[in-house]
Amino acid sequence: MIAGTSAADLALLVGGLLAVLLAATGIGRMLQARYSPDGSNAVVENLNDRIRSWWIMVVLMGTALIGGHAGVTLLFAFCSFAALREVMTLQDIRRSDHWALLAAFFVALPAQYVLIYTEWYGLYSILIPVYAFLLIPIIAVLRGDTEGFLMRVAGVQWALMICVYCISHVPALLSLDIPGYEGRSVMLIAFLILVVQTSDVAQYVWGKLLGRTRISPDVSPSKTLEGLIGGALSAILIGVALSWITPFTPWQAGLLSFVIVMLGFLGGLVMSAIKRDRGVKDWGHLIAGHGGMTDRLDSVIFAAPIFFHLVRYGWSLT
Amino acid sequence: MTRILPEIAATALVIFSRFITAARAIWLGCAPENRRRVYFANHTSNGDFVLVWAVLPHRLRQKTRPVAASDYWLKSRLRAFIGQQVFRAVLINRIPEERTEDPVTQMAQALDAGDSLILFPEGRRNTGEDLLLPFKSGLYHLARMRPEVDLVPVWIENLNRVLPKGEVIPIPLICTVTFGAALHLAGGETKDAFLGRAAAALRALAATTERPRA
Repeated sequence: MIAGTSAADLALLVGGLLAVLLAATGIGRMLQARYSPDGSNAVVENLNDRIRSWWIMVVLMGTALIGGHAGVTLLFAFCSFAALREVMTLQDIRRSDHWALLAAFFVALPAQYVLIYTEWYGLYSILIPVYAFLLIPIIAVLRGDTEGFLMRVAGVQWALMICVYCISHVPALLSLDIPGYEGRSVMLIAFLILVVQTSDVAQYVWGKLLGRTRISPDVSPSKTLEGLIGGALSAILIGVALSWITPFTPWQAGLLSFVIVMLGFLGGLVMSAIKRDRGVKDWGHLIAGHGGMTDRLDSVIFAAPIFFHLVRYGWSLT
Repeated sequence: MTRILPEIAATALVIFSRFITAARAIWLGCAPENRRRVYFANHTSNGDFVLVWAVLPHRLRQKTRPVAASDYWLKSRLRAFIGQQVFRAVLINRIPEERTEDPVTQMAQALDAGDSLILFPEGRRNTGEDLLLPFKSGLYHLARMRPEVDLVPVWIENLNRVLPKGEVIPIPLICTVTFGAALHLAGGETKDAFLGRAAAALRALAATTERPRA
């Protein structure tokens, strides 16, 4: 479980978030009454869907953080499972891939999270990039189907890296041992998630308000330079303002936020490119207004491992 | 008391199938209403009717029975429990020489009792490349015997990849179940014309599902 000071900070943080959500819900209702009383304004309706989903996400995240190590690990294990399910659904799977996929879902995924929970850094850092990387094609080749072999195997490996390996670096933050920050590492998760999600929301809002210059019209037409700059600045501000829950100075928190925002943005672009290629708009339908789990987490996926390693090398003893 | 164990088993099966497939119902041509219907669906996997069943609202699920083969569902005690107690399947004999009851009459009786049915008109699992196998005539005879009942086409997408024939453990992939507009037998419509129309309705539904480019 979590230590006393951390619990107080957590209560403050969750209380603050609930206040923000209450305000957002109020604004959403007002916009709805003004512009979309009959539910005809798609932007307003989508905004309200998103706010409703945010309630669920904040409650889930808060519960997991209170649940401590086990709660957070379980929550992200489920996120990985849902994301892997979405990413594999979009791939061309043949009957001969069945065993390889069983290994991915029911061996690699649970093993990764058990190692994260037991804080075995030496093995969870290489389980998927080395062992799963080699074993998945071995399992696949035993079924003797060579058609599209490289594409199929690479698809499973890539999905495992994105959905399991990268996402698992969020709960891995709990294993860091930072002097003077004992028992408070759940706050690192709160910091990462809040900066990433502020950046996503602020990019969306700034883009809708001022967006003109498209950054990559062929990949993601909704991403604009104005949105990116506004979103990045907002997220960095939030990051600096949150430095009190982290072991970082305000400057460090700002710089780390910048790294998180840029990786999140570019990661979102990469994931959009895959959706374009597969001819779909969203990864799934799990979260109303947001699409699937992978849509919600695409920026976290790219930011989490790098943030983890920066903090580990810069601040942690382990 | 005797309904408790089957209820628990049913809930467990629904939760399990949702966990594996994140199954989502898309009501395109009709709403999930409490009326007597025959849901006729494509058949590619043993899990097909569990999935249709799982996406139905609880109230409708309680009044919806799959039509299934007795040679399969009476083979062991566990299967017989699941088939008869959990799903309350209308078990029909696929071998005409062994029949003691007429399958279409059995289905009509279930409808008369106020239940809806899930029917796979292809008659067996489709493991080939074609979208559908030719329909058996049961759907037509049922439509003639109970012309007032709604015949709702249902397209199940992806379950063939979740649990291909011959595999035991399902892999988690997202499935959708799309419900189309109800059909009825038209006056003077021949068997072939009606079955052709029903199959076309199912194919049209298949074309609406979002799937990645090959």
